[in-house]
Amino acid sequence: MEIKIFKNFFKKMFNNLYKGKKEIKLGFYGPPNAGKTSLANRICKDFTGEEIGNVSKIPHETRSVQFKEKVEIKYKGKSMTFKMIDTPGIATKIDYEDFLKYKLGKKEAKQRAKEATQGIVESIKWLDDMDVVVVVLDASENPYNQVNITIIGNLVARKIPVLIVANKIDLHKADIKKIESAFPEYDVIGMSAKYGKNLEEFYETLFKLSKGK
Amino acid sequence: MSKKDFGKIKGFSIQFLPYSEIKHLDSTERIRKILGIVLGNNILMIQGRLKPEEETRLIGDTVAMIDHIKGFKGIELAVIAGNGNHSILDNFKQKLVKSLSGGDLGAITIIGPATIVKEIKRNPKKIELFLNK
Repeated sequence: MEIKIFKNFFKKMFNNLYKGKKEIKLGFYGPPNAGKTSLANRICKDFTGEEIGNVSKIPHETRSVQFKEKVEIKYKGKSMTFKMIDTPGIATKIDYEDFLKYKLGKKEAKQRAKEATQGIVESIKWLDDMDVVVVVLDASENPYNQVNITIIGNLVARKIPVLIVANKIDLHKADIKKIESAFPEYDVIGMSAKYGKNLEEFYETLFKLSKGK
Repeated sequence: MSKKDFGKIKGFSIQFLPYSEIKHLDSTERIRKILGIVLGNNILMIQGRLKPEEETRLIGDTVAMIDHIKGFKGIELAVIAGNGNHSILDNFKQKLVKSLSGGDLGAITIIGPATIVKEIKRNPKKIELFLNK
């Protein structure tokens, strides 16, 4: 009997230790060109010294899911370890001709469009595997976009905690209030991933949402 | 499923699909029915809305078709529903109606091929459909 109690005690202690060091799968979702990779890069650079992927002004720069494992984020004496998952932007349409405006050749534009469609399918498949998701929106764009609503609706249906980042608040047209009123039930944090603005508030909320994951 | 040449639009129609038409279909059949109508160069208005997982599946399935159907560039999609600022009693009533009817009948879903529908602009008070020239 006593041996059994001891066994259970050590088993529980070991499980708790293991649980504490578990990697939390943190996904970055959102429409194309909202700044998902810029934000993921900013975090990865701060805590690992390395970036997760390339950024570009041309939409759909991220066309496959990118990872950075064991990113230990330290904030106010606490630390949590994340597996960062940067996903391609989700859209309902892709037209290779849109890429021609960015001076890409026709062949390159067609290839980019093809890869972008595959990236969207991959992003959607990954939705099931996330522990916490940061939905990155461009604060200078209209938030009432069905893609945003659909992504968030899916995360809620799957009971995955959601943090909305209103990115690009450094832009003149940025309007965080519009995003807050579009998604009143969620934490919305105004940020500039480019300039590292408001990261403290971001980490605070991220830690709060990731607790118990 | 008719696969018209999406590069050359000669016309389109607007179709309304009552919820009763898709109520008894499973997710796969619902999406197949919707895509069948949209791929026929139609703007589709559905009474009610799809489940969140059906919406993402619709996006995924549609995007996967882009490279396989000549001229097809995807869809424009919008759901018009209440703004969610209801009292507890209103929310309870809505949930009761949803569970009895099997869907959110107060919503309208608009889906159109991107070659016809350039953009669906929406804000809490209005929705605007912009068509391609």
